[in-house]
Amino acid sequence: MAILDKHAVLEKNVTLLAIFAFLVVTVGGIVQIAPLFWLENTIEDVEGVRPYSPLELAGRDIYIREGCYVCHSQMIRPMRDEVERYGHYSLAAESKYDHPFQWGSKRTGPDLARVGGRYSDDWHLVHLRDPQSVVPESVMPKYGFLENRLIDGEYIGELMATHRMVGVPYTDEMIENARVDFAVQVDPDGDWDGLVERYPGAQVRNFDGQPGISETDALIAYLQMLGTLVDFSTFTPDASR
Amino acid sequence: MAKQPQNHSKKPEVDTTGHSWDGIEEYNNPLPRWWLWTFYACIVWAVLYTIAYPAWPGIKAATPGLLGWSTRANVQAEIDAAEAANATINAKLASAELTAIADDAELRTYATSAGAAVFRTWCAQCHGSGAAGVAASGYPNLLDDDWLWGGDIEAIHATINHGIRNEEDPDARWSQMPAFGDILAKEEIDQVVNYVMSLSGTPQDASMVEAGSVVYQDNCAACHMENGTGDRAQGAPNLTDAIWLYGGSHDTLTQSVTYSRFGVMPSWSNRLSEAEIRAVATYVHQLGGGE
Repeated sequence: MAILDKHAVLEKNVTLLAIFAFLVVTVGGIVQIAPLFWLENTIEDVEGVRPYSPLELAGRDIYIREGCYVCHSQMIRPMRDEVERYGHYSLAAESKYDHPFQWGSKRTGPDLARVGGRYSDDWHLVHLRDPQSVVPESVMPKYGFLENRLIDGEYIGELMATHRMVGVPYTDEMIENARVDFAVQVDPDGDWDGLVERYPGAQVRNFDGQPGISETDALIAYLQMLGTLVDFSTFTPDASR
Repeated sequence: MAKQPQNHSKKPEVDTTGHSWDGIEEYNNPLPRWWLWTFYACIVWAVLYTIAYPAWPGIKAATPGLLGWSTRANVQAEIDAAEAANATINAKLASAELTAIADDAELRTYATSAGAAVFRTWCAQCHGSGAAGVAASGYPNLLDDDWLWGGDIEAIHATINHGIRNEEDPDARWSQMPAFGDILAKEEIDQVVNYVMSLSGTPQDASMVEAGSVVYQDNCAACHMENGTGDRAQGAPNLTDAIWLYGGSHDTLTQSVTYSRFGVMPSWSNRLSEAEIRAVATYVHQLGGGE
């Protein structure tokens, strides 16, 4: 291995050393960075996945602010026990508009990836106020104070525009109507045709059953849509993924 | 530099690396053989592994690997195997007469234990892990003899199948008590609440019971029956048995009459198989209250 015996040349010439060190780092860098440019090919195309509606997005922010992700994951792994308990395993596409994603790796509480529609709004309301009243063995803290914090979505359009910068396909129309859509999602008597057209499958209800838009409204709206966008009766998973 | 006493006369057998710093030299000892070969074996293993299993990212997709390993196919195979193992008994359970399940020892044993698993996964969050419900919050106790929509196996099956007051299933059990706050005066509500309390115990104000009885017969008897025993066909609770879904105090009853209640239960037919629904119906039926 004669060439290996020549390393003394590199070690004694700082310019040569810098050039060769750069080459080594370049190779290492390409190997790590290049696949990220084709990251899209790891996400299969799934019908039904859409960006969050303004109220759901606000609820998601509250979810993150309150640190729900510390105890709850949003990632059903492809294992029989998880699929039987939580439902169909999660697809990459289902969190493609999550910035950042909420997969998590710690389950003190159950996985929430498909919690949408599993419980009634009332149940969520009672459970957020006092989790132990419905699940005595639970160690979850109380979140009743969220009901008293009213929100008006003043900056929800800006938040959506920020999400657009990182790749969520919010249209100009969606951002223009952000505050209208935000308010109308808790008003079943309102004119919510536009909301449902822009965000198919959006659920319109007064989630906390009280006047005004509270953080509880937003949070329940978010929880009730989790995992509901893909219709698994028509979806055929690609086994190679 | 202090002189080291030369205890060993033999010169070392290995060469030095040839470097010398202030007279300090370094032996060029070879790596232990076992370590070196383990290291080489690991490299070979890593290369073979990435050939056998999905590994290298490409432009369109990652290399699938020669063994054709797939998480999704694996979990599907596992689920299929579990379903196949129970296929015979599940088919028997799904096609049996509902009322005959309890008489067939094999079916009953299977349905009860399978139903317990389904219950703990899907029902326990509202009805409690022991099925005792949640007192005064609208989630009924399933252990007692008091049923809102009927407690025989067929009624329980129908309730689980379609749910109560949900939008997703057109066959869901549905009824809605009016919010009497818009219909009756405050005083009339007070009267009727006292009358309803008198049906199963002590009213707060006995002098109102008589007037409340009139209000009751005019407004409530159509659903809750003249004697207050309720009507299971429309889920109108029995008001005479001192079992309360939302609480039986003067305050909660006033609230119930004024704003009405709207308890919902999801439809399970689109989440659970027919065999699972029958299993959990059997489980609930044998808990103690089944008729």
